[in-house]
Amino acid sequence: MSQPEGHSSGALEVKFVPDEEVLKHIADDAGIKVRKDKTQLTAGVKRFVKKLENISDNEAQEILEENNYVAALGICAQDLMENGSSVSGGEVYSFQTAKRSSKMAELASELAQTPGQTVASDHSECPEKTAKTPQSSSNFLWAEIAWKCNLILLFAWQRAVFRRYIFLLLMHVFSLLLQSKKKEFVSTTPYRLRKRLAAPDPYLESESEYSASCSEEEGEEDHKEVSSVLSDQKTPAKTKAASTPPSRNTLAKKTREDKMSNLVEEYFEAHSSSKVLTSDRTLQKLRKRRLNQQTLHDLLKKAPLAYAAEIKELNQQHESLFSKWMLQLHLGFNIVLYGLGSKHDLLEKFRTSMLQDSVHLVVNGYFPSITVRSILSSITEEVLDHIGTFRSPLDQLEFIIRRFKEDPSLELYVLIHNLDSQMLRGERSQQILAQLSSLPSIYLIASVDHINAPLMWDQAKLSLYNWLWYETTTFSPYVEETSYENSLLVQQSGSLALSSLTHVLHSLTLNARGIFRLLARYQMENKDNPSYPGLSFHDFYQQCREAFLVNSDLTLRAQLTEFRDHKLIRTKRGADGVEYLLIPVDDSTLADFLEKEDEDV
Amino acid sequence: QQIQEDLNKQLFDNLVSFLRQSHPEFQGKTTEWTWRMKTREIPTAALVLGVNVTDHDLTFRSLSEVLQNNITPYIALLEAKDCPGIKNLMQKLMGQLMNCYIDVDSLEDEDYVQVSQRRIRCSMTSLIKWYESVTKKKDSETPSKKRTTSSRHLQSPPVVVIFKDMESFTTKVLQDFIVISSQHIHELPLVLIFGIATSPMIIHSLLPHSVSSLLCIELFQSLSCKEHLSTIIDKLLLTTQLPFKLGEKVLQVLINIFLYHDFAVQNFIKGFQLCIVEHFYSQPVSVLCCQLVDAKKRANSLSHDQCENIRRLPSFRRYVENQVSEKQITLLTEDNFLKETVQKLLEDLHVYHENYISVLRCLHVFTSSLPKYPLGKQIRELHCACLENRVWETEEYESSLQLARMLNKSDLVTMLQQCVEIFVSSSGKEFDKTVEKLKEFLTQFQKLEEEAFQEHDVSVSSQKELQKKTDLYHLQKTLLEFKESRRSKKLTKFETLRFEVVDYIDSLVRNYLVPADHKTLHEVVYFNTASVLREHLNAAPRIALHTALNNPYCYLKNQTLKSDGGSISNKAPDICIAYKLHLECGRLINLVDWLEAFSTVVTSAEGPNADVPSSDQVDDIIHARFIRAVSELELLGFIKPSKQKTDHVARLTWGAC
Repeated sequence: MSQPEGHSSGALEVKFVPDEEVLKHIADDAGIKVRKDKTQLTAGVKRFVKKLENISDNEAQEILEENNYVAALGICAQDLMENGSSVSGGEVYSFQTAKRSSKMAELASELAQTPGQTVASDHSECPEKTAKTPQSSSNFLWAEIAWKCNLILLFAWQRAVFRRYIFLLLMHVFSLLLQSKKKEFVSTTPYRLRKRLAAPDPYLESESEYSASCSEEEGEEDHKEVSSVLSDQKTPAKTKAASTPPSRNTLAKKTREDKMSNLVEEYFEAHSSSKVLTSDRTLQKLRKRRLNQQTLHDLLKKAPLAYAAEIKELNQQHESLFSKWMLQLHLGFNIVLYGLGSKHDLLEKFRTSMLQDSVHLVVNGYFPSITVRSILSSITEEVLDHIGTFRSPLDQLEFIIRRFKEDPSLELYVLIHNLDSQMLRGERSQQILAQLSSLPSIYLIASVDHINAPLMWDQAKLSLYNWLWYETTTFSPYVEETSYENSLLVQQSGSLALSSLTHVLHSLTLNARGIFRLLARYQMENKDNPSYPGLSFHDFYQQCREAFLVNSDLTLRAQLTEFRDHKLIRTKRGADGVEYLLIPVDDSTLADFLEKEDEDV
Repeated sequence: QQIQEDLNKQLFDNLVSFLRQSHPEFQGKTTEWTWRMKTREIPTAALVLGVNVTDHDLTFRSLSEVLQNNITPYIALLEAKDCPGIKNLMQKLMGQLMNCYIDVDSLEDEDYVQVSQRRIRCSMTSLIKWYESVTKKKDSETPSKKRTTSSRHLQSPPVVVIFKDMESFTTKVLQDFIVISSQHIHELPLVLIFGIATSPMIIHSLLPHSVSSLLCIELFQSLSCKEHLSTIIDKLLLTTQLPFKLGEKVLQVLINIFLYHDFAVQNFIKGFQLCIVEHFYSQPVSVLCCQLVDAKKRANSLSHDQCENIRRLPSFRRYVENQVSEKQITLLTEDNFLKETVQKLLEDLHVYHENYISVLRCLHVFTSSLPKYPLGKQIRELHCACLENRVWETEEYESSLQLARMLNKSDLVTMLQQCVEIFVSSSGKEFDKTVEKLKEFLTQFQKLEEEAFQEHDVSVSSQKELQKKTDLYHLQKTLLEFKESRRSKKLTKFETLRFEVVDYIDSLVRNYLVPADHKTLHEVVYFNTASVLREHLNAAPRIALHTALNNPYCYLKNQTLKSDGGSISNKAPDICIAYKLHLECGRLINLVDWLEAFSTVVTSAEGPNADVPSSDQVDDIIHARFIRAVSELELLGFIKPSKQKTDHVARLTWGAC
């Protein structure tokens, strides 16, 4: 242990201290970027010495061990010159993340790799694993910290000579060390660190931040030859720079080995535990503003469409089938298109090229408020010129069927984009559409995208639809189709809600607006309280009275009824029977609203 | 295209007529017991139809037609989807009954009907009133009409209510309806018919005992769908009426879909129709695919291009190559000569089909009774085998011939008789000789029989002789003789004849059951691209998606996308990368991790020299691309937003698919 230490202890010590410091910095305030200069370095040295004296034997031992790795690093670094750092990245595991997510990162790094890379670190993985087996999880944490220290140390220490191949080596040595290490850490500083780490917040938040600090560090140390690109590549590696319990590790190994044979087991593995281990990082911590629909759209427009030529070729292949489709439609079949990529444009082209002078109806199934009833009424009103209402869609359908049977000259082409959309996939609507499509003079051509779309139809419906399947993989982006989706990543624009809010409020009296603002402000104040039940009616009344907005219980109630009619507020009764008032709008919209109101007033 | 429509019509006619055949026995029974209901029980017929739901519609339509013609004008067809509640059910019932009341009697008082239709309150009592009024009207007002109608429908015809799909009715509705109608059974002769897809047990599981005891159920089993199929194949494929034929693979695909997927005859017919469409659409020489007379005419009026098309057919080329060289040249250059030969060849083809079918049936007679059915029990299997390749080269054929050589006499004789019938009924001219030959065989067998009697006598007498002679040496000698003679005799008489018969059948097979693709111009009438059919009828959307996502090179022919093994290159479309990354995750996916991994891949794809300011600040455009990819995956149903954890999505698939 001590023998290798002697090799380069002098150099190492200098490096090690700043790292300790870095860690502390991070532990104290994760958001702060670590500044390091020579003065700090020297200060660090001093501190290190002090610390060496202070800390317990174990700690000292630990530090020695850590030094040890670096020493070993020094020994072996030359051998590893040829290997890319990202290789080692593939073999490490992320900190406190499930093995799955680590795999994702792993795959990402693999994909990011240039093709001809060797996976030289395979052998190092095994000893590591065996080393890990006896360790407890807290031990892991500690090891983790130590390791991270080393990482940083490494970056600090890194010269052009060593590059980043040290990673691998580091791991190797580290594992050996762990073997020798027992569970008896009672140290103070690391313990604190450990706690910090266990708490989900700032430290964990970003390995990326971590890496940022690292690269900064490098910059400080004037290692200009280490390009920023390389440090970027390290990011995924670091994401994985952690441990997972060994049992899970081996499990993952196994599943990967015979994936096909135990698909079933895999399923139960995935669904057995109610607890899912994923990292706790959230998008908010990314310091990334959420894009709204418009900016997203603009951004995507700027991004060039990959493989445009190939996609065009594919589309042309599909377009050559148009006349065949027409023939088959006329022969009583209906056509359904499937395959990856938006089929909106294809169908649109079909419509413009073939259906120009025939009666046709285009149904945008992806539109979130489309219903069967609206489809049917557009047929009855637009196509059949029927004015009148129907009691139920079934009646309407019957009417349509009768009309079409009476008049064989009537023909109608129905194009449905996304027959499998949320609104249309229900049993009843599919039944109605199927019956509609079974009419000989209604020609249906539709597209489906969902992987489970065929499950919508049972035998009876299938026979009514009389489908002919066509694979039309276009690879074109689903622009229209996804624009109505409430994606997690897209900011809930809320512009609609906001505008409706302001509109309604503008039509109200000044007092009413005041009342609403009061409620909104109260809700904003409580937005951090997850179990905020709403403002109780009594409290609200008191507040309104104090603000001279209402003079009696009844006026407030009347006002609230008006709000409720416009769906501006929601009331619910708590457990104690008290009425609570809530504005059913998300916080950001509400904040915007208040801002606007304040401007106005 | 006109031909196609004709063919389609023919198909449906066939099916309907067949279905009708299967019902007379049923309908006979119905009449029997409709008059026996004096008790509180409602006579009920439970019709077990099997799982081929798609065909039921047709069955019921023909059934109600039959019933309407023979028993009663009052029929209501109810479907579960129309009747979510008892009220809807009654409305529907009333509406249908009153409509058909008009249909049958075609009375002029439409206003009455309109009133009744507007009446929203439909109840059993109103139904009864209506029924009484109808029957009374018949009795009193129109005696002349009554006579005509009552000759067909007896006094107070029953009201038949058909529940098309009993399993999907809500039990409450059914129970209520049955209980209510049982109260009124005296005033209203009601007959229920349940269509059942699964098993008759379903009635008892759907209805509690108190309700089912009100019913007087009789069970009817419709024919199995396999029988439907064989009739259809019999009528469509094994006939010369229809010029269009299916190739072996196509037939296999259709039959497989039928047997393994749905048992639906209608879908089989749909597939068949698709084949026809596809054939006429894709094969330019299919203009000649029609009845022989028309085909000859058309062959005469072929344009030059069409002639060229014919010359391009591989089978025709083979034919040309076998001709003498001068003839080859004329065939390839002169259109007129080509037309003549085409006519001749078409005629050959036609004759071939005629012969083929009869011989096939004949062979089927032989093979279908063999133990273990080496060539299949059904004629369609035999047909497939014959289409596939030369049937006489297969092992199964060998073994079946061996088995045929061991048939006993009576079987053989009956088979031969059947064959004679087949050949006589077939229109082929060449079969006169075969018929004669077969008849000859028959007479020989008869002779053999007579001889056998005599032989028996002889053997008996010889045995008597044997008893007489006690000399040991003589005994031995005669025994040996006897043995020898018996062996030789058997060989010479019955067994030789049997061998002859089998050999003759064999020769017939070799002559006539040549697989169709050895025939010249078979492309005209045979449709052989099974892959198209499978693609359109039995599509696999999930597989398509999977390949598109996993291996975009299949669709986008770009060298950079080419990859080996399971990995994809980092230049793949965004959605492929996102998909690939999400495959590595468990049930929940952290969006941040995902985004980061995604951006790593994408930036590395853009080249290592791309200058990225800082790693945590993901480029806006990449962010946007990621958002798009994720929402596309959501649309495709791979993920969905999850509330379990902030900024997580739940994965909806598992494993690597």
